Amino acid sequence: MSAVITKRPAEEGTESPVREMVGGYLARVRGGDMGALPAVSALVALCLFFWVAQPVFMSTSNLANLFTQGAAGIVIAMGLVFVLLLGEIDLSAGFTSGVCAAILAVTLTQQGWPWYAAVGAALLTGALIGTLLGTIVVKIGIPSFVVTLAAFLALQGVALKIMDNGTNVSVNDKTIVAIANDNVPITLGWVIFVVGILGFAAVQFKQFSTRRRRGLTGQSLAGLVVKIAALAAVCGFVVYVLSMERSRNPAFASLKGMPIVVPLILVLLVVFTFVLNRTSFGRHIYAVGGNQEAARRAGINVDRIKITAFVLCSAMAAIGGIIAASRANSVDPNTGGSDVLLKAVGAAVIGGTSLFGGRGRMLDAILGGLVIAVIDNGMGLMGYSAGTKFIVTGLVLLLAAGVDALSRRRSLTTR
Amino acid sequence: MTASENQVPGPVIELRGIDKSFGPVQVLHGVDFEAHVGEVTALVGDNGAGKSTLVKCIGGIHPIDAGDYLFEGRPVHVGGPRDAADLGVEIVYQDLALADNLDIVQNMFLGREKKSGIVLDEYTMEELAAETLAGLSVRTVKSVRQQVSSLSGGQRQTVAIAKAVLWNSKVVILDEPTAALGVAQTQQVLELVRRLADKGLAVVLISHNMNDVFAVSDRIAALYLGRMAAQVKTRDVTHAQVVELITAGRSGDLGLQQANGNGAKA
Repeated sequence: MSAVITKRPAEEGTESPVREMVGGYLARVRGGDMGALPAVSALVALCLFFWVAQPVFMSTSNLANLFTQGAAGIVIAMGLVFVLLLGEIDLSAGFTSGVCAAILAVTLTQQGWPWYAAVGAALLTGALIGTLLGTIVVKIGIPSFVVTLAAFLALQGVALKIMDNGTNVSVNDKTIVAIANDNVPITLGWVIFVVGILGFAAVQFKQFSTRRRRGLTGQSLAGLVVKIAALAAVCGFVVYVLSMERSRNPAFASLKGMPIVVPLILVLLVVFTFVLNRTSFGRHIYAVGGNQEAARRAGINVDRIKITAFVLCSAMAAIGGIIAASRANSVDPNTGGSDVLLKAVGAAVIGGTSLFGGRGRMLDAILGGLVIAVIDNGMGLMGYSAGTKFIVTGLVLLLAAGVDALSRRRSLTTR
Repeated sequence: MTASENQVPGPVIELRGIDKSFGPVQVLHGVDFEAHVGEVTALVGDNGAGKSTLVKCIGGIHPIDAGDYLFEGRPVHVGGPRDAADLGVEIVYQDLALADNLDIVQNMFLGREKKSGIVLDEYTMEELAAETLAGLSVRTVKSVRQQVSSLSGGQRQTVAIAKAVLWNSKVVILDEPTAALGVAQTQQVLELVRRLADKGLAVVLISHNMNDVFAVSDRIAALYLGRMAAQVKTRDVTHAQVVELITAGRSGDLGLQQANGNGAKA
């Protein structure tokens, strides 16, 4: 058997790719990792349900809406993944996005800064807030729950102060407004699709061939092809749908192409997935979340990792705030308030990121964010009140957290 | 006298007259201790005898108050865990310090990842991890890409030991490696401990279990109330004598001359 660990040439084709994938997935579930399956199946089931109940749900204009509606929450959720991976939480991410959006609006509209300077100011504000939160959590040792709960209140106040006790500041800069309201030209959309799929395939095949050359076991070639084909099919379908004309009156104003937020989120996904999976910083984040004491004894600077995670989380919240400001064309003291944070946490958890730390991926935030956006959008189309939507979203979050807790308990008992 | 003693001129680690206090409580009183290449030295003693403190002094977690720390005959200053690791001293603690959510390779290289540029070199790490496990004749692990959460207690212990061996270490200290294991797994881990010594490492084994001690050790060092009661060859003593050394600090002409402890050593 020791020979089996070291040198077994990748025996592709001996096992069917589907069986291999199912087997690998079941092994991960036994280890307490449900992966993306619950979120993906929830997404498919919800879409089918709303399609049947309210056919307009599947109209191209509504599908494009889904992305722009969910974008701000998804980006905030992606930032939260860093903090959740450590087993910490940031309850102030919503109002961090609000404060950063307010900084953006004020510098842009009242101070007349160019858009890039205003965006820089917003991101810097986010990073500063994150540094402050992380330092307090790490150096003083107050639980992040309490620190960020305090920041939740305080930042709400800061947002009010910035906006002169509650006046609405409009955002008129063309570039900023375009982020959540304009679309990528159709050709560029397809170019992004082709480059993205080819790039993914190239990375995967390079890994495959290197593993094979060095005699390491890994995924089979057939499994790899199935994976890439499935990804290409799903993404291709989305790009195709978003490329269709969705204006009621195309002669008056044409409306087609994928919203700009889609490639923006994709870039963030690729960058942060690389950071989490391929760099030692990412590895150390997982290690601290899995066993802080082990990480400390391995010589990892736990404090530095934690502060960096809070900085990334708040900076991502700033990006979320910019998207929200763009979508609303304005910022008011309620930007980033109400249910924004809870939906973002919900998105990460529904996607499969554990509240107990150590388990989760960037993709989770996107899948979970889409689930929440679909519930929100679909129930709205069916004419349910905001009250009902909150109750259902709350129940879905509870369900996801329950699955998380149970799979964790299972992994603890199967030693 | 014995073959192993003829090969090696002196001990790898030699401690002389180590004192260690925590505030008003003196835990170690003039402790002498040595560990030799190719041998398993069992460190025994009752609860509170100072085994863990001694090991933490060796590992650099606690600075020593007085006494000499010699490594391969040279006096060294070990001020922290990094110093000990640089010398080639690795400690496998009872709680193993493995991250459950990472796989075997990731755990073995935690904090010391191999990189090419800024990207982790997964291939090299995986090869080295597999080689190390194969070199220890580990047959119980299916894949080095298994998550540690899916491993049994014995497999976890194996991974923790392999992690310690990975770094060309010269001394491996194991804190009660079999305490939480069943019969078969205990046997596997003890075989692994023996193989470590046969590969030319100095192994220090902390254990409460006399069967384990007599099964694998070459020497036994018995601590009694913070003093080294005796350090003897395993073949020269009986079960009962070791138990007496642990519980009373002496056994016949072995051990501390006054059992209550402020006297000279044998």
